[in-house]
Amino acid sequence: MFDSTQTKNSDAMSSMTGAKSGGEIAGNEFLAFTLGREEYGIDILKVQEIRGYEQVTRIANAPDFVKGVVNLRGIIVPIVDMRIKFNLGEPTYDQFTVVIILNIGGRIMGMVVDSVSDVITLKEEQVKPAPEMGTAFNTDYLIGLGTLDERMLILIDIDKLMSSAEMGLIEKIVA
Amino acid sequence: MTIDMSQFFQVFFDETEELLAEMEKLLLAIDLAAPDAEDLNAIFRAAHSIKGGAGTFGITDLTDITHVLETLLDLIRKGEMALTAEHVDAFLEAKDILKMQLDGHRLHTPVDAEAVAAVRHRLEALSHASHEAYLAHLEQQQEEAASASNPVLAEGARRFRIDLPAVPPKDVAALAAELGLLGTLIAGTADNGNTVFMLDTTEDADAIVAICSFVMEPSDLTITEQTDAARKSVVAKVAVAAASAAATSTKKDPGYGFFEPMNEQQLAGSPVLAERDAAEQSARENAQGYGFFAPFVPLTPATSITHDTSEHSIDPEPVAAVGSNPPGEDKRNVSRRDAEKISQNSESSSIRVSIEKVDQLINLVGELVITQAMIEQRTDALDPMLHERLLNSVGQLTRNTRDLQEAVMSIRMMPMDYVFSRFPRMVRDLAGKLGKKVEFVTIGAATELDKGLIERIVDPLTHLVRNSIDHGIEMPSQRMAAGKTEAGRLLLSANHQGGNIVIEVSDDGGGLSRDRILIKAHEQGLAVDDSMADADVWQLIFAPGFSTADVVTDISGRGVGMDVVKRNITAMGGAVDIRSSRGFGTTISISLPLTLAILDGMSVRVGEEIYILPLGYVVESLQPAPVDIKEISGQGTVIKVRGDYLPLIPLYQMFGITPQHTDPSVGIVVILESEGRKAALFIDDLVGQQQVVVKNLESNYRKVAGISGATILGDGGVALIIDVAALLRTSQQLAGEIVFSS
Repeated sequence: MFDSTQTKNSDAMSSMTGAKSGGEIAGNEFLAFTLGREEYGIDILKVQEIRGYEQVTRIANAPDFVKGVVNLRGIIVPIVDMRIKFNLGEPTYDQFTVVIILNIGGRIMGMVVDSVSDVITLKEEQVKPAPEMGTAFNTDYLIGLGTLDERMLILIDIDKLMSSAEMGLIEKIVA
Repeated sequence: MTIDMSQFFQVFFDETEELLAEMEKLLLAIDLAAPDAEDLNAIFRAAHSIKGGAGTFGITDLTDITHVLETLLDLIRKGEMALTAEHVDAFLEAKDILKMQLDGHRLHTPVDAEAVAAVRHRLEALSHASHEAYLAHLEQQQEEAASASNPVLAEGARRFRIDLPAVPPKDVAALAAELGLLGTLIAGTADNGNTVFMLDTTEDADAIVAICSFVMEPSDLTITEQTDAARKSVVAKVAVAAASAAATSTKKDPGYGFFEPMNEQQLAGSPVLAERDAAEQSARENAQGYGFFAPFVPLTPATSITHDTSEHSIDPEPVAAVGSNPPGEDKRNVSRRDAEKISQNSESSSIRVSIEKVDQLINLVGELVITQAMIEQRTDALDPMLHERLLNSVGQLTRNTRDLQEAVMSIRMMPMDYVFSRFPRMVRDLAGKLGKKVEFVTIGAATELDKGLIERIVDPLTHLVRNSIDHGIEMPSQRMAAGKTEAGRLLLSANHQGGNIVIEVSDDGGGLSRDRILIKAHEQGLAVDDSMADADVWQLIFAPGFSTADVVTDISGRGVGMDVVKRNITAMGGAVDIRSSRGFGTTISISLPLTLAILDGMSVRVGEEIYILPLGYVVESLQPAPVDIKEISGQGTVIKVRGDYLPLIPLYQMFGITPQHTDPSVGIVVILESEGRKAALFIDDLVGQQQVVVKNLESNYRKVAGISGATILGDGGVALIIDVAALLRTSQQLAGEIVFSS
């Protein structure tokens, strides 16, 4: 079922272990995607798969960035549109619109982005702490800024973001 | 590496619960007059397994009770104590206590320590008192049978039969004088002409041997203790030997030689050995639970010992030893072997799998079915002549998928026996409490139902059974007066009808009183009239707070039962129907879908969106005339349906959809009913009726108000299932209670 992901994950895993032993590649792999004109990165291990955008079933009285739910091989998966949530670019839906399916602590959810570019490996020294301003995201949800040649990636702590009360995707369990 | 103990605990808890249930079932089925040996053994094994498991996990409070229970059971299964109703009651009580303790450990529910102690005492008292009573009883029989010359046995004294070898008469006289000092002595002559003494004494056999050894070889002496058990039969002796094992000192147990063969050489070649072997054999068989009764072994050889050393003495009180000593190691081994044998058998026929795995399997198969449907749809467009072979294969795939789905669904199915088996006990207790006589019959216990449903049907059924006993079945005197049998008949049945399972609770009691229900309904301000059909009248008892009982008892009659029953069953997608005839009884029939995972739904359309309404809530659908639609200022809209004004819930407003119609007289209203409330849901159009596979929305998202789940449509899209009960509740809160009667 999750063939592609598993291969990806194990690749990432092996490269990480290789990095530690060989010292050639240090750091983590990130999936780079764009929202509006900004480039973002998320931990590749959280990504289950990447799909095209398909028709969603709207959920009544849900916030507007929650587009609805889709059927992902028998699992009902909510789809959120980051462009709406963070007011980035025009939310258009065409054959190029991409949905990144995330697996956050066993919960599956989809995230609509403008496009996915590539998977990049960042060494620790390439990740700079995030400045207090400059992105649409609360800095709490940022890991930092990654630099690779001329590119700058805003690295998101997707776990924290998706589990946050702000997104309201997961009901907080009252302890 | 650490071992996660919790998983083992879980297995232990599960198993213990099953064993307790099994024990209760057997106890209830037991025939007091002639208890089946195999059943007694099974009950004993269950108690023993629980004890063993609890001991392994260090749960001592469980071991305490099971130990006492086991002791008592052991006496009974060996026939040393007669089974009485009192015992069965005590056992059932003990079972409840064990369940409570188990829950205490598992769910951390409170445990009533006093009740535990009380049951423990009760069991202990039974095991002593009734055992003594039984012994006394045997004693008495023995006395009656004995010749008049036999003196009454003194308190604490034991009777020995001493078979002397051929000795000079003067030695006999001297011996008699010596032995006479130990207690009361009666001299007699055996068949072979040798002297036989009957000695009642508080001393043990060693003392006798010591005295006799002055005049003869101890090996020539045969001493038989005339214990109660020995008097009774050798069967008890052999069984005791097996069970008491290491507990009773093997030193005192040489006659059987099973556990510690002593003085093998001396005994070898003697006829006693053969007898001993036989005893051993039967003891083994007994211990393995093959047979309750050992083959008959003549009394004397098996229970008497040819004395050669003073080390040898006769088992002084084998029965008492069993009663007070914990079972020895050997017995454990035997029982473990026994238990292993049983578990091997059951393991080969079933495996334990977590529900998650099964659900995953069901999910995947559900996927396969949808994919298969898609393929079928696409191939439909192909030319049947050109693609005959492909179409044939697709047809084959369709059939295989259906079979697969059916097979997978059946994994979740459990027999109704799971539910039914808990009722005999309840019926018995309730009937006893109320002084009624009830014959309880179940039919179709093998009928299978989804595990999810089966667990949820227990409470409603319990209510119904209680009601039947409390209100339905009359007192024995009333029944006799009405020309019925003294004992009422309560029938619980389950059977499949199409895609549904129908569960019926049926009694032959007084039936429902139409008049009383109507009077009560009037009192409570319900909308009733005297010309209502019977079926509609019966449905009134499901109204909240409705009870026709004259006296509110602690069993039922508070009027909170039936509406809960109805609500629970509706929530499961089922329906309740009542058939009743005055004087002949009442039948309450529950119809449920076979599985929770599949729901009969009505798909409706609002704007561009499709929603599913669970069919169980749908009463009817209609297009209201414009004149029947009334505005109530500040309260919303009501529509008049056959004299009733029902609140109108426009779905497009609730869900913020752009609808096709905003005028109810152009669209469709669906009359929904839940928890006795009715409302009209305004939608654009009805799409169709279909069975849908229910998917959880909350596994990846949050709970959505007004939505109970989602399903996947034939085209692969998702449709949301409307939570009708919640929708009616919210609408009622918004619009207030505006159900009027014209």
